[in-house]
Amino acid sequence: MSTANTPLRRFWAEFRENKVAVVALVVVALMILLAVFASVVSPQNPYDLANLSLMDSRRPPGFVGSGGYTHILGTDPQGRDLLSAIFYGLRISIQIGLAAGFVSLTIGTTLGILAAYVGGRIEALIMRLVDLQLSFPAILLALVIVALLGQGKAQLIGALVVAQYAYFARTAYGAAKAERGKDYVEAALAVPLSARLVVMRHLLPNCMPPLIVVATVQIANSISLEATLSFLGLGLPVTEPSLGMLISNGFPYMMSGRYWISVYPGVALIILIVAINLVGDQVRDQFNPRLRK
Amino acid sequence: MLGFIIQRFLQAVAVMAVMSVIVFCGVYAIGNPIDIVIPPEATQDIREEAIRRLGLDRPLYEQYFIFMGNLLEGDLGRSFVYNIPVLELIGGRLPATLELVLISVISATILGVSLGIYAGYRPDSWVSKTIMAISVLGFSVPSFWVGLILILFFAVNLGWLPAGGRGETVEIWGVAWSFPTLNGLSHIVLPAVNLALFKLAMMIRLARAGTREIMLTDTIKFARAAGLSEGTILRRHLLKLISIPIITVFGLELGSTLAFAVVTETIFSWPGVGKLIIDSIGVLDRPVMVAYLILVAFLFVTINFVIDLVFAVIDPRLRQGATA
Repeated sequence: MSTANTPLRRFWAEFRENKVAVVALVVVALMILLAVFASVVSPQNPYDLANLSLMDSRRPPGFVGSGGYTHILGTDPQGRDLLSAIFYGLRISIQIGLAAGFVSLTIGTTLGILAAYVGGRIEALIMRLVDLQLSFPAILLALVIVALLGQGKAQLIGALVVAQYAYFARTAYGAAKAERGKDYVEAALAVPLSARLVVMRHLLPNCMPPLIVVATVQIANSISLEATLSFLGLGLPVTEPSLGMLISNGFPYMMSGRYWISVYPGVALIILIVAINLVGDQVRDQFNPRLRK
Repeated sequence: MLGFIIQRFLQAVAVMAVMSVIVFCGVYAIGNPIDIVIPPEATQDIREEAIRRLGLDRPLYEQYFIFMGNLLEGDLGRSFVYNIPVLELIGGRLPATLELVLISVISATILGVSLGIYAGYRPDSWVSKTIMAISVLGFSVPSFWVGLILILFFAVNLGWLPAGGRGETVEIWGVAWSFPTLNGLSHIVLPAVNLALFKLAMMIRLARAGTREIMLTDTIKFARAAGLSEGTILRRHLLKLISIPIITVFGLELGSTLAFAVVTETIFSWPGVGKLIIDSIGVLDRPVMVAYLILVAFLFVTINFVIDLVFAVIDPRLRQGATA
């Protein structure tokens, strides 16, 4: 099967040259698999309260609990098997990161392209708002929105979207503005193709490369931001802990040397975020014409 | 130049006005603080009296105008929970936060710029690669987790440094500061390192990118041709040329570090404004939330304004005319 020189192939061939990025990609894929099949690979269902025994709580790694199996990473204050809790937490963190990433991508891109294509008052209004928002730190915005909306998955995703859509809007706007002035867009409009068609078929695809880069970075940021909010006690309810919540739960016990409750979920979180960022870095370098040799 | 300044100033005022409306409406849409401030067993009379006293029975726009009127007189209201003027409450906590933020940002900038210039000057040496690896970590790893690890290592395992609080303070001009005492300084180290890591990573990247670009320009070639030593070139020419983005980021980061202090202060129980706002969100203490957000907004707008001014002074293209 030699469909030799499709852009995707070329992209992959170049991507493969960076060994670190390939390893990172494998790690990301592996963690997504673990999250998807959390219920299969976990020794215990950490959300099923009937499964938990307080007798088993805060036990160190390697402890054999009342369930009869070894808690490889120990247990948390509720007596959950930490390894299982991490797999399930990974699932929640990735879910939220992806959901927030895609909603922000959609909203931000729509606004950015709209501003670039329509121009005039609408452009000024949208971009002023976006710039204003970009000058405020995302964490502060997310903090306020979460306080405003209350706790829960949907609210949290909403807060992350509000905190992050502006990055997509800025990127889409910049790309679309540059593309808008090019001859092929003028030509398409002169044919005449409908504005909708020109935007969807011509403008949007050409804006995708920078948006993909921003999306990878922002998904990693969403995951990190979610963990931070959960750590501050403003994220998800305790019954279904994300990685940030697990870390937060373990924090009070750290002073007494029970490090594993916070440390292992943190390690999982960092491996995930660093891996996504490394993949994102490589993709960005490949899309950057200035670094082309 | 004057036109430019006036234009930017008016913009800043407009932004502040918009922010105050958004913040006010946003915060006042949250829950009902009455349920938290007044015990559930209170009689109807006491409830109504409290609602009237706190001004919560008036329509929202009226509350806003009362609030703005008071704000212009320097009165940001009273905390529902502590029952003292908000300004006093925040003012009392501000020095702790400022101290932490300034120490972090300044040390991160000095260290980050030096490391970044080195990494950009010798991009292929292993030292530079190590520096860049550290900066990737600084960017990726969530700062709250770094805080935990710092506590685990240096406070719990090694016992070298305290894990929380401000330690001994010294009063200067009636304000308590930690940095002049050895004990206070030892309390600052961990939270400051925690807060500084992200900025450090950012400064390294900025300085490195700038250095790599500028080392290839004619300016440097001519300076070398003129026989200037490499040290002089780096200090006199390079540093000046990479300084514009660094000053911008320094200013912006000052603001965002203040926001991020929320996380660091929570971890290290540092009694600053960040911890106050988290506690206030928890108990729906609206006046404190509104005041904090408006102060932060004010700070950001001021910083942006000052950065614009500094630009106008540093960048000759702006100085000479174009008022855009």
